[in-house]
Amino acid sequence: MKVLVAVKRVVDYNVKIRVKADGSGVDTTNVKFTMNPFDESAVEEAVRLKEAGKASEIVVVSMGPQQAQDTIRTGLAMGADRGILVASDAELQPLAVAKLLKALVDKEQPSLVLVGKQAIDDDSNQTGQMVAALLGWPQGTFASKLVIDGGKADVTREIDGGLETVSLSLPAVVTVDLRLNEPRYASLPNIMKAKKKPIETVSPSDLGIDVAPRLVTLKVEEPARRQAGVKVASVAELVGKLKTEAKVI
Amino acid sequence: MSVLVIAEHDNVALKSATLNTITAAAKLGGDIHVLVAGHNARPVAEAAAKVQGVAKVLLADDAIYAHPLAEPLSLLAVAVGRSYGAILAPATTTGKNVLPRVAALLDVAQISDICAVVSPDTFVRPIYAGNALATVQSKDPIKVVTVRGTGFDAAPAEGGSATIETVGAADNPAVSTFVGQQISKSERPELTSARIIVSGGRGMGSEENFKLIEAVADKLGAAVGATRAAVDAGFVPNDLQIGQTGKIVAPELYVAVAISGAIQHLAGMKDSKIIVAINKDEEAPIFQVADYGLVADLFQALPELAQELSK
Ligand SMILES: Cc1cc2nc3c(=O)[nH]c(=O)nc-3n(C[C@H](O)[C@H](O)[C@H](O)COP(=O)(O)OP(=O)(O)OC[C@H]3O[C@@H](n4cnc5c(N)ncnc54)[C@H](O)[C@@H]3O)c2cc1C
Ligand SMILES: Nc1ncnc2c1ncn2[C@@H]1O[C@H](COP(=O)(O)O)[C@@H](O)[C@H]1O
Repeated sequence: MKVLVAVKRVVDYNVKIRVKADGSGVDTTNVKFTMNPFDESAVEEAVRLKEAGKASEIVVVSMGPQQAQDTIRTGLAMGADRGILVASDAELQPLAVAKLLKALVDKEQPSLVLVGKQAIDDDSNQTGQMVAALLGWPQGTFASKLVIDGGKADVTREIDGGLETVSLSLPAVVTVDLRLNEPRYASLPNIMKAKKKPIETVSPSDLGIDVAPRLVTLKVEEPARRQAGVKVASVAELVGKLKTEAKVI
Repeated sequence: MSVLVIAEHDNVALKSATLNTITAAAKLGGDIHVLVAGHNARPVAEAAAKVQGVAKVLLADDAIYAHPLAEPLSLLAVAVGRSYGAILAPATTTGKNVLPRVAALLDVAQISDICAVVSPDTFVRPIYAGNALATVQSKDPIKVVTVRGTGFDAAPAEGGSATIETVGAADNPAVSTFVGQQISKSERPELTSARIIVSGGRGMGSEENFKLIEAVADKLGAAVGATRAAVDAGFVPNDLQIGQTGKIVAPELYVAVAISGAIQHLAGMKDSKIIVAINKDEEAPIFQVADYGLVADLFQALPELAQELSK
């Protein structure tokens, strides 16, 4: 079974981002970029499937600027076999990413596509569902457990009320939550080995996909800041203030 | 232009998130129709017909909709929704599961988690864990949108008298089956509609210690919430997680206990009206957003708080 994993290069989750003064977007100059945390869990799961003898090959795919190669290298150092970079300096929205992924799936014919449940920059939570729709495949979103057996994927999903399990016939798309696993750190020898693994570069037009954005960002602003409040000295003072000042209890 | 709202329900009752979505739909202008896809779900359709502002309810009642599986439901939403100007659903795990699939089948973008409607094609949505707000305009003929409940008041559940029409089931792709679910049961209010929430973080230390949170919550008639760290540690189930990648809440009062205040947590609660923080570390970032901060050890403060509230 071949597994395709989509990994996005995003601003590291520890960075406190700043909105550009002209409202045109978020300032990403000189900030640290890493692999989207949910995608690390997706790669980890693929590597575990391979270690368990269930996956034969793992292909990691990233779309974006040349630097997204680094994100692919991270996936290769974790244990993926080869990478594909869809190089583009244009803004790629989830529908475009999904179409590019579909084109690669048509070429690569994997039985399982793993993506993160959400990219922590755009917070869209769409790409996996969209690529499943375009392929006509079933989807298991927000996975905290994945069992592959006999042409089926049983996915335990984190839902608002608790947990739900669905059974999908393969091929399928699974979008993963962080609780699926604890991603490994790549060891130094594996980082060295990853430098020799192949990365193929293609462009959206090579794949025949129109990636023109459907949504135009008119402006980006900072949200209203909360005023820092007061410190209270005791529980009694707290309850008093909640009753008489804030009037919420 | 009419707007189609996809109802969220459990075949028995209409979920309140649908009411907030109907308010967002009203801001787009035009008739509001509600699609109820379920099994033996007529009571849900009847409830939806009573919601103020709803012109028509479309009921698709079939065993394939007994559980909201994305594959059959998206085909139905596309078949019904194609003639609408906009298709809206709550930004719940059900809406997030189904709506991107609907958008892709219609070859349009999906706009996630809107918190304001600027005009029928322009919306405000948070990005980067709510550290920025983007105003986006859709160029597509059909706007497919998920709605953040905290951004819109609930439409009144009574006073409307919409007609109910039945619609046939769409194809069943039969590639997915529902196996089972573990739904957390609680006597406490639901997190996303609670007036008061008491949340605990990693500092709670154990599942057992969360009883201290529950005791305070019960005195206040509050819901219990948690951080991702507390869920990951196994103190509480995943459905209590609040934050960028959990639930978004905005109660009248949010009490954060042993929570440091990471941006991913703040993303889910910083629109609460009053925030209280109880933390033994006076430098904890949570104090920067708290209206009232108490620097204290939770093992002292929580029992004292429960007692003070019983006075
Ligand atoms: C991709 C991604 C998504 C994420 N999504 C979310 C999300 O949706 N929601 C979320 O919450 N987090 C999320 N996180 C995790 C987030 O970054 C933080 O790690 C998490 O919120 C920290 O939880 P915490 O405040 O409970 O724990 P900590 O940061 O460990 O803080 C514990 C606090 O407890 C205090 N404390 C300890 N003992 C006591 C005591 N006896 N009395 C009083 N105070 C005490 C400490 O002073 C400390 O401030 C996400 C992270 C990533 C990478
Ligand atoms: N530019 C990209 N390159 C590779 N994968 C992506 C890209 N954009 C989104 N994805 C994948 O889709 C998931 C969900 O992203 P989103 O729908 O943008 O929240 C991510 O976690 C990635 O796995």
